[in-house]
Amino acid sequence: MQQAIGATNKAWPSMRWSRPRLPLWVVSWLQAGPLALVLFVLFALPTFLFLIVSFFDYDRTGIYPAFMLDNYHDLVNSPATIRVYLSSLKFAFIVWAVTLVVGFCVAWFLIHHVRSGTIRTVLFLLCAIPFWTSGIIRTIAWIPFLGRNGAFNQMLIEFRFTEHPLEFLLFSDFSVIISYVNLFTLLMIGPIANSMAKIDPALLEAARDAGASRWRTMVDVVIPLSKTGIALGSILVFTQVMGDFFVVKAMSGGQSASVVSALSVEIQAMQYPPAAANSMVLVVFTAIMVAGMMKVVDVRKELVK
Amino acid sequence: MDTNYDVELAKVTKRYGNTVAVDGISLRIPKASYCCLLGPSGCGKTSTLRMIAGHEVISDGDILIQGQNVSDLPPIERGTAMMFQSYALFPHLNCLDNVAFSLKMRGMGKAERHARAKEFLALVHMQDYAMRLPSQLSGGQQQRVALARALITKPRVLLLDEPLSALDPFLRIKVREELKRLQRELGITFIHVTHSQDEAMAMADLMVVMEDGHIRQAGPPREVFERPVSPFIARFIGNHNVITVPDGKIAVRADKCRIGAPGAESSVQGRVTAVEYQGTMVRVALMTDPGDEASALVPDAEFYAQPVEPGQVTAVSWSPRDAHPLSAAA
Repeated sequence: MQQAIGATNKAWPSMRWSRPRLPLWVVSWLQAGPLALVLFVLFALPTFLFLIVSFFDYDRTGIYPAFMLDNYHDLVNSPATIRVYLSSLKFAFIVWAVTLVVGFCVAWFLIHHVRSGTIRTVLFLLCAIPFWTSGIIRTIAWIPFLGRNGAFNQMLIEFRFTEHPLEFLLFSDFSVIISYVNLFTLLMIGPIANSMAKIDPALLEAARDAGASRWRTMVDVVIPLSKTGIALGSILVFTQVMGDFFVVKAMSGGQSASVVSALSVEIQAMQYPPAAANSMVLVVFTAIMVAGMMKVVDVRKELVK
Repeated sequence: MDTNYDVELAKVTKRYGNTVAVDGISLRIPKASYCCLLGPSGCGKTSTLRMIAGHEVISDGDILIQGQNVSDLPPIERGTAMMFQSYALFPHLNCLDNVAFSLKMRGMGKAERHARAKEFLALVHMQDYAMRLPSQLSGGQQQRVALARALITKPRVLLLDEPLSALDPFLRIKVREELKRLQRELGITFIHVTHSQDEAMAMADLMVVMEDGHIRQAGPPREVFERPVSPFIARFIGNHNVITVPDGKIAVRADKCRIGAPGAESSVQGRVTAVEYQGTMVRVALMTDPGDEASALVPDAEFYAQPVEPGQVTAVSWSPRDAHPLSAAA
């Protein structure tokens, strides 16, 4: 027995040495390094480049290194800027409100009404599968549906709900919002469903036991416990709408503008410095709005739980 | 309506699809009693509790609380309150708001409901933790808050779903005493679901043993222990031997059994399978010749005067007046 213990004691150190360990700080850097590199090259560096270019001078033929604030000055003092920001904010707010209500209800249904795990997975997939096609295609697909002689109008006329095709369906704010809601509701469903799945069903019974109506259970228990998901979904939807230009362009028929569509006009005109200044302002603006949402809900703290 | 019973179950049945969880049980629980629903898992005790609470729809039959048929009423109108197994405290609310929750639902103003909630926190000695979140409390503390939250609705019947199962053994005994004290002081009926016969015996005025969706025996713990009606009851409540004798099966308490076969006493031959020292007693397990497992709890002095070893052939004996005949069923 004594000998056996002695033998194992001897064996241990040699096993240790056969596998040299890296110092912990090297391990940490190796783990964080690849993503840090990707983020630096593909995100931080271009943003920094934009920042520099936004101070440059330009004319019709080229751009010239300089340090001037004219680009920002022109941007802030242009009535067009206020107009596109208001337009984008209007879309962002309406789309946020619609996707929040729809997303919350769908998530609630999926998590607390669908009892079978298989059916829940199938329904989630049904929500997710449209995302396998490109957003551009899904946007354009609305045009034959909503158009003056589109499927929806033809159906309305067929069933004699209306005599003349409805004009507001396509190339309007309505069609822009429909497309956004179609594109982004899943971004709301996912995080909210994730939060809701963590709610112990016993809590809902406890609320009922204490005399809470369904509505009060929602307001006092479910919504507070889903607020991390609501905040995350809101951030995703808000930033997507603020950053979009294709949907506004394609679905409004040129009648509405967004911040990024104004920006793309500048790029097409090769006015890179003002476009860079414009994008810097958009990034800062969106960052401030997101920070505001993060202030309402401490997402990081909630996620760690 | 005046009645001597707090809770009456009349042929209450619960079906889930084709399976019957609770099969037409009837039970009367006298006023202000501590009732334990006891049974192995899957016996229907929790379904029964949840039907009384109104969290489970009754498939058939009726439930009366203080003479009023509550079968179709929501929990709050039944005058019941439930303490959940996992406590189900609202994680986003501090203790005070958790306890005050039902008052808020009733539309009571903030100052008033907080004052009332403080009283109930004091009742369970948790007044110093009013501002803590549930996650900042130990299991025992969470349970007290859950208890205060249930009691603040002034229930006629308090329903407890395995309230002690999440506590460590030491705390379990303390909480046991405290629940019993509260029940006496408040003078309301407690219905307590448990799978531990020790717990039920220690606490119950009325012990209801369930098996397979049926009530097999209901009565004061002492009556159930002294006169089990079937082999299942005798085995389930423990410390009993079910022994086959020429005219059927009998139950004998293990502490009334002796090893060896002196004189006129009844006995049965068997082989010792295990000897366990338990401090004041020694438990000798045997396999009797008819094929029953039996054990004798022998005072330590008596055992060591005439010790036996596993494998040894001996007899287990008892006095005829300690033998209790069992019905053949089950």
